[in-house]
Amino acid sequence: MSELIRLSPPLSEADVISLKAGDKVLVSGTIYTGRDAAHKRIVETLAEGGTPPFPLEGAVIFYVGPSPPPPGRVIGAAGPTTSYRMDAYAPTLMEKGLRAMIGKGKRNDEVKQAMAKYKSVYLAAIGGAGALMARCIKEAEVIAYPELGPEAVRRLVVEDMPLFVVNDVHGGDLYQQGRQAYARR
Amino acid sequence: MSSVRTVEVSAIADTVARLCGEADLYLPEDVRQALTQAQADEPSPVGREVLERLLENADIAADEKMPICQDCGLAIIFIDVGQDVHLTGGDLSEAINEGVRRGYAENYLRKSSCHPFSRVNTGDNTPAIIHTRIVPGDKVKLWVVPKGGGAENMSKVYLLTPAVGLAGVKKAIMDTVEAAGPNPCPPVILGVAVGGTFEQAAVAAKRTLLRKLDSVNPDPEAAVLEKELLEEVNKLGIGPAGLGGGTTCLKVFVELIPCHIASLPVAVNMQCHAARHKEAVL
Repeated sequence: MSELIRLSPPLSEADVISLKAGDKVLVSGTIYTGRDAAHKRIVETLAEGGTPPFPLEGAVIFYVGPSPPPPGRVIGAAGPTTSYRMDAYAPTLMEKGLRAMIGKGKRNDEVKQAMAKYKSVYLAAIGGAGALMARCIKEAEVIAYPELGPEAVRRLVVEDMPLFVVNDVHGGDLYQQGRQAYARR
Repeated sequence: MSSVRTVEVSAIADTVARLCGEADLYLPEDVRQALTQAQADEPSPVGREVLERLLENADIAADEKMPICQDCGLAIIFIDVGQDVHLTGGDLSEAINEGVRRGYAENYLRKSSCHPFSRVNTGDNTPAIIHTRIVPGDKVKLWVVPKGGGAENMSKVYLLTPAVGLAGVKKAIMDTVEAAGPNPCPPVILGVAVGGTFEQAAVAAKRTLLRKLDSVNPDPEAAVLEKELLEEVNKLGIGPAGLGGGTTCLKVFVELIPCHIASLPVAVNMQCHAARHKEAVL
């Protein structure tokens, strides 16, 4: 485990190459949200030669479907959703420049290979800590697919969002390493 | 001859609405205590940090009236209706759905119910999933259990061959937890039913999740199995948030049910650490 590493999107290839599975990072700046329904539409848009709802080069995407903002708040609870549901779409986005994905749970081999090939990392937020995560979110605005409700694409401005590097571009995998360190059977 | 007591379904709607809010905003005390104990016992520094964050999250949720988790769940309702109760004033199921509608709107909870193919959201988190029992007495008991998708997706029903026996049942349960890994938001709670039929096992597994984490199973055979399974699961090393550690599971609940001579059903309902449920008696 290392000291905290600060990241501010858009991220460069150099920003993510230096990251290692197990590193703790704090993300500050603009990131975008998307779950399965939004990913499906973005990938369809790209296939048709269209423009995605946000610039993918250097982008960080957060797999989240927040709860509605209570009065006086910019967003409701906003913890990560399970990432494997985005596995079918993630390589296409990485090919177009996506540099980091924030979620929770395992990725498949195709996604891990694409991360190494296109230089992109997978960061985990603590699942089920939605009220805590909301405190890091300073601005939230729906920028695409409002009809998807909680699954709409939002632009978020975040400050010091605490995350763990799970999969790095070198094949490191914190889920495997962490488990191996503590397995007793 | 016992008298019949009248309960207005509007009172049930009001209670469901209140319990939806309470369940999604306030982590039950037994879960909080289990997380606190786990933090003291957890060997992994990262694991301890995760558990600390989860406790902090529960405090923030309660203080700021924010949901514990953005996945405010589908609304699972268990209702025990006393056989001496006469429900009046409307349709019971509709009253429960009305309660869910209001509870989710008034407390700014996420609505997560959608059409299976179009994925169009129903907009109000209905229909509720309602499990009704008729029981002795003149009371109505209600439990509201918001169930998130992440842990539910990792749940399994197995229809095993009786020849595999206890060892085969244990293997199925361990395989379920191992395959799920970090996905269901560990530390998890496992609701396990062994026996019954296909649907009975699944519902019974979910119903075990209503138990308190510090409760002791009155069935001594099930109690032993609960203890053994908890120890084995916590040897997997998955740990808090799946980042490695000794706390993969807070509690295993087991119910044993007689089954067909040809069958050995096993249902494993995964519950994330945000084990939300609130109850009330009318």
